[in-house]
Amino acid sequence: MNKPGELLVTASDLWKAYDGGRVTVLRGVSLEVRAGEMVALWGSSGSGKSTLLHLLGGLDVPDRGELSVCGRDPRREADRLELRRRELGFVFQLHNLIPDLTVTENLRVPALAAGRPSGETAARLRSLAEQVGIAHRLEHRIQDLSGGERQRVAICRALMNRPRLLLADEPTGSLDETTGDLVFALLKELAARDGIAVVLATHERRFAEACDRRLRVRDGKVTES
Amino acid sequence: MRFLSLIVVNLRRHRLRALIGVAGIGFGVAAMLTILGIVNGAIGMFERILSTDSHYLVLEKNVSDLFFSAVPAGQVAAIRALPGVDSAQPLLFGIVSAPGYPVITCFGVEATDSRLSRAEWRAGSLADFGRRPGEIFLGSRAAEFLHAQAGEDIAIGATTMRVAGILKTENGFEDGGVFLPLAAAQEFFHRPGVSSVVAVKLRDQAQGADFKRRVESAYPGLIALENREFNQSYHSFRILKTTAWAVGLCAFFLGGLGVANTMLLSVFSRIREIAVLRVCGFSEGQVAALIFGEVVLVAVAGLALGFTLGAAVLAVLPHVPQFQGYVQASVQPAVIAGIVATALVTAVAGAIYPARFASSIQPAEALRYE
Repeated sequence: MNKPGELLVTASDLWKAYDGGRVTVLRGVSLEVRAGEMVALWGSSGSGKSTLLHLLGGLDVPDRGELSVCGRDPRREADRLELRRRELGFVFQLHNLIPDLTVTENLRVPALAAGRPSGETAARLRSLAEQVGIAHRLEHRIQDLSGGERQRVAICRALMNRPRLLLADEPTGSLDETTGDLVFALLKELAARDGIAVVLATHERRFAEACDRRLRVRDGKVTES
Repeated sequence: MRFLSLIVVNLRRHRLRALIGVAGIGFGVAAMLTILGIVNGAIGMFERILSTDSHYLVLEKNVSDLFFSAVPAGQVAAIRALPGVDSAQPLLFGIVSAPGYPVITCFGVEATDSRLSRAEWRAGSLADFGRRPGEIFLGSRAAEFLHAQAGEDIAIGATTMRVAGILKTENGFEDGGVFLPLAAAQEFFHRPGVSSVVAVKLRDQAQGADFKRRVESAYPGLIALENREFNQSYHSFRILKTTAWAVGLCAFFLGGLGVANTMLLSVFSRIREIAVLRVCGFSEGQVAALIFGEVVLVAVAGLALGFTLGAAVLAVLPHVPQFQGYVQASVQPAVIAGIVATALVTAVAGAIYPARFASSIQPAEALRYE
């Protein structure tokens, strides 16, 4: 559980390049994220938003720079694993759910990874499903759901292990405007209720402006806007 | 959902792929069970021929096959006279042919041989054995496939012999073979005065070591082996068993390649999904365990299929006329354990590369994968 105002992310002078150093995506990025705040990483496609989110989430490691997430060092494999299991939740543009599994089975995956007891998982799953309005869809397969429903399932899955930090990469990017607004509102409401910090990568100004803070990402650099 | 149910769900989602893996292992198991069952059954039958009412076998030293062993009649008589010997039954092995049947085992025995006295005589009697020249005695299976009855003449090799008796024995080799009086067999096979082996029964089995020492010191060209020793050391048995395991392992190797191929395809088609599992907190070990778990379930299903198929084949084969009753399958617990272990090891070995590949998938990279 987060303490109000607690510093969750400290990044200092992060660099990341791909293709053997030929393509530099992040150039000396520094940022901080505190508990309970919703921070937008706002920028166009290819600006480095997703790469930065991947570094914060321990899905990738920086080439250079200092990084601490929820008191752990994502450059270490053991810390990355613990971060993904216990401290972080991810929501992607493409929901990244497992299509042939039911909603329930998808939601149980993070709990399974963390080794949480089945009874506790069931209660948490039911509660979250009711909060996002998909309780009636629990036994349906992902392929039978609409885009908005899928993204709501993805939000539930991200919250299953009670994360302290939610990383959302264009979560409304594949949805129509109305559904996108609903999903964004839901994300904001759920995060605020539990004091979860959210880092949201988006290219849409209206979502960026609805966040507590906006960080402009351009050419691999981040500036407060 | 438990870890096991995720494994089951994964297999269910890719049914055809899983079934191909199951079939690969299943056919390997069935092949191995059938081959080993038949070979062990054949060896068992041969062992029983030799061990009938005896403790020791005396044969020529260093022969590659019993058919080439020669124990002269004089030595048989001397062995009989050794202290502690209750009985010594000389036996000459040979192969005869009949029209349509090029290989029929022939046993040259004396009229006092316990094989004859223990058999169920369906035609003729033990009293007739060796009374008249030119007579042959058939095992009941041999009589069936040769369509021969007592009193009829049948062609054996280049000669004709009269069927003087038909006897039913429990041993498939004997029942599918023919019997000749020892002297007639020696003449027929041009091996005057020799036997292939002498089956010796002692009055006191505890005196076996003494008997063995006496035989081997008096006749350096002979060797006396306890039945158990013979079974373990007989070259032909070892070749048969090794060949059977080798053929079975080849079948498994092919099955293992099938599993590796199937699992690799399965992993390649799930790269993004595995990345999602990693994002959700699955460790490299958990991803590998998922792949190995799928493979173990495939192997277990393959074992069930293979044992069912193999058992069905072994149940049917003895009734196929072309086998002349020579198939009496024998499946020992050690064979079952060996097959189970081989199936699991093969399947797991086949999954090593796919599991390593799956567990090395980097989430960030894989999520970009289309």
